[in-house]
Amino acid sequence: MSTDPNEIEITPEIIAEHGLTKGEYDRILGAMGRTPNRTELGIFSVMWSEHCSYKSSRVWLKTLPTEAPWVICGPGENAGIIDIGDGDAAIFKMESHNHPSFIEPYQGAATGVGGIMRDVFTMGARPVANMNALRFGSPDHHKTRQLVNGVVAGIGGYGNCMGVPTVGGEVNFDPAYNGNILVNAMCVGLARTDRIFYSAAAGIGNPVVYVGSRTGRDGIHGATMASAEFDDQSEEKRPTVQVGDPFTEKLLLEACLELMATDAIVAIQDMGAAGLTCSSVEMADKGGVGLELDLDKVPQRETGMSAYEIMLSESQERMLMVLDPAREDVARQIFAKWGVEFAVVGHLTDTGRFTLKQGGKIVGDIPVRPLVDDAPSYERPWERTEPRVQLAEADAPAPNDMGEALLQLIGGFDGCSRRWIWEQYDHMVMADTIAWPGGDAALVRVHGTRKALAISTDVTPRYCFADPVEGGRQAVAECWRNITAVGATPLAVTDCLNFGNPERPEIMGQLVGCIAGMGEACTALQFPVISGNVSLYNETNGVGILPTPAIGGVGLLKDADQRAGMAFTTEGETIVLLGETRGHLGQSLYLRDVLDRAEGPPPPVDLARERRTGDIVRGMIRSSLATACHDLADGGLAVGLAEMAIASGIGATIDLPQSEIAPHAFLFGEDQARYLVTTTQPEVILSMADASGVPATVLGQTGGTELTVNGSLTISVATLKDRHERTLPEHMAGS
Amino acid sequence: MKAAVIVFPGSNCDRDVAVALHQASGTAPAMIWHGESALPDLDLVVLPGGFSYGDYLRVGAIAALSPIMAAVRAHAERGGAVFAVCNGFQMACEAGLLPGALMNNAAGKYVCRHVAMRVETADSPFTSGYASGQRVSIPVAHHDGNYFADDATLDRLEGEGLVAFRYDNDNPNGSRRDIAGILSANRRVLGMMPHPERAADPALGGMDGAALFTSMVETLS
Repeated sequence: MSTDPNEIEITPEIIAEHGLTKGEYDRILGAMGRTPNRTELGIFSVMWSEHCSYKSSRVWLKTLPTEAPWVICGPGENAGIIDIGDGDAAIFKMESHNHPSFIEPYQGAATGVGGIMRDVFTMGARPVANMNALRFGSPDHHKTRQLVNGVVAGIGGYGNCMGVPTVGGEVNFDPAYNGNILVNAMCVGLARTDRIFYSAAAGIGNPVVYVGSRTGRDGIHGATMASAEFDDQSEEKRPTVQVGDPFTEKLLLEACLELMATDAIVAIQDMGAAGLTCSSVEMADKGGVGLELDLDKVPQRETGMSAYEIMLSESQERMLMVLDPAREDVARQIFAKWGVEFAVVGHLTDTGRFTLKQGGKIVGDIPVRPLVDDAPSYERPWERTEPRVQLAEADAPAPNDMGEALLQLIGGFDGCSRRWIWEQYDHMVMADTIAWPGGDAALVRVHGTRKALAISTDVTPRYCFADPVEGGRQAVAECWRNITAVGATPLAVTDCLNFGNPERPEIMGQLVGCIAGMGEACTALQFPVISGNVSLYNETNGVGILPTPAIGGVGLLKDADQRAGMAFTTEGETIVLLGETRGHLGQSLYLRDVLDRAEGPPPPVDLARERRTGDIVRGMIRSSLATACHDLADGGLAVGLAEMAIASGIGATIDLPQSEIAPHAFLFGEDQARYLVTTTQPEVILSMADASGVPATVLGQTGGTELTVNGSLTISVATLKDRHERTLPEHMAGS
Repeated sequence: MKAAVIVFPGSNCDRDVAVALHQASGTAPAMIWHGESALPDLDLVVLPGGFSYGDYLRVGAIAALSPIMAAVRAHAERGGAVFAVCNGFQMACEAGLLPGALMNNAAGKYVCRHVAMRVETADSPFTSGYASGQRVSIPVAHHDGNYFADDATLDRLEGEGLVAFRYDNDNPNGSRRDIAGILSANRRVLGMMPHPERAADPALGGMDGAALFTSMVETLS
């Protein structure tokens, strides 16, 4: 019983338990030149897990555009960075915490939020906004309420305590997520461009310093869990879920930012997935140096932890830094003031090896380069998703009652108000949130300036399932449109690619297709991908989720006063529809929620048209021609009008233009690249649109207490609001 | 006005309230770390919102034992003004600067939204810029804002006109008698759950909290 766990013989069973294939183990033998011990095997397994190595997606991720003149740092660091002028930089990233959130929703979601904030403040930024993209199973599934409650409370519990506002997000419900919910958390931070911190270690002999919470046995194998499918026994994986401590993270944040104001830090990296292993190896690899750790010096929460456990723990709220030795004392004092643990745990070497000592013995010794560079990369076989046949008109008939159909959409689980969720998030702390959740994009001022960042997260999974390429395009286009609709210039995105098992060619085909569509849209819209994350194996018992490439976009408003909201601002203004309406009902919310069908292709995205339309809309907002603006998405024109009315309490009277499109298709079709604006100068708007070749149609006037579409529907704004607001609170209060 | 905001580990509305004070007075308040043991000569001490000590034990309980709190208590005993917002209100109750306690919200959830309130008295250095009975809309953001005190204490507070703010048919937390904010017996300490610093800038959704800051500047300078 006193056998050193490190000396256990490496059997095929142990290799399989670590999620490694025979071929991958052979690569390890090649890299090591000998049989690894258990700690070394564990280190390889997490570094080469899907979660850390992107082995199934890397070849495809490389095809995404990552550059623009304003990009300071693209993928590969803790987060991406863009220049927003005047020496300010925005630093952001989105990441998944899907598997842990299904098993333990509160802690899974909370630590997802904590982890993404660390990614951002590691680089020198103060986090200023959190966002999220959430997918749950069917509202009636027996686990859904508990999962929604836990995830929302967890996101709030962590972000609220940190004092970082959660300013928006998106939520969908679909049976495809019954066994695998998605919790994607995004954080946006602000830094000065001359105070950005990177992870490449430098300076042989420089101290490697551990700060933050102590290391415990929680989260061991988290990255491996996130790289496998679920089965009926998955809840037994609860011990691999980490427990969050937002108070410690708040202190860690303040201490790190205070230290970053000095010149003590050479390199810094947070400990996220694969903890101490991943942070040390990445810092050493990026700097081309070796790194030696004395595990006895690692602050530990429990006694008797083995090297294996210390290296694979995913305890939260920890950072690793390389310091200028001359300033070690300055750093130590700052962390003492904030009451945060500070320990020199190793130093940089010129050996090119990652060396671990414990109890005076070497317990691990791995060459750094092969550990990173020899990580497997697979071109997995993939199948193109069969295109859907066009929806026949007879398959999308008009509803019996147009008004009731609209109420069904705005009261449905994907169309209803998310207020029940976002009122549990502090969306106002830091006193710079000037557009709250519920609008097209959130707006957060750059503190002390006239500038504001616009932020939106978007994807329409049912589109991606029907046509991954079109769905990938649409996710990016919708995000770009949402940022445009508040008046901001879209600048860059982070992505969170959530898919099923990539070893199945049809799933791999979804991933390949979505990335292709995203890449096209990012290029056409000059909206590069600067950071992101891939979450695969979102399957339970062989059933995958809908392909869900969530896009988190950031834009800049140079003058925060030149913004638009979606609420009608006053009575008697003219409502203009910009963009072309064809009445596309394939894959629409109307088809699904009213007719209970899911056929046809998603609406096509014309990227040139998208750009042309968005650019003139932005101009109209900035010149105050457009007094309110809303992009059209799920539920089409009717839902867009209803949302503008609900947000303002002001009604509208609409006359649909003469056309061959059936009224229900005009009202509920989900044609892309469309916006509604209100104005007092419709003739100017029409001539501007005409000059740019963008179709524009005067639809009617704001005013009154009802939304009327002549010949189709009349509903009081109060009724619309009631149906929109009631759904989630009532459902969540049920049992 | 010489003002200071006390910063506790886990405070997170310290900057917000400092910005609002700066805007109203033209002078930035001092930011004083909780580990200090003395205060300079001050007209106003602010206990800000946030999650001091993560709210891990009982809200405000650990912060009430911070080294600086003895000096804050002495300042209050001398008749100095203390403005305690949200987590600060919780601390002020724990520290005995105000009666009563703040319990978990009745609905068991964190709530962040504007609430409708009535200003119950204009007779204080904090509320002199309002009219008694004035209706205002100010955001709350808390998990533990459910004010509790026994009936005798509540009767006394009401009898002496020490209820400063009351929720106006819009109680977000189940507080007794809809209490949103109270004054100390000498009317120099105000504790309130809503965040007036979030309603003192037109871009942030309302100016209904601004009068609180201008009142303090006028009466305490």
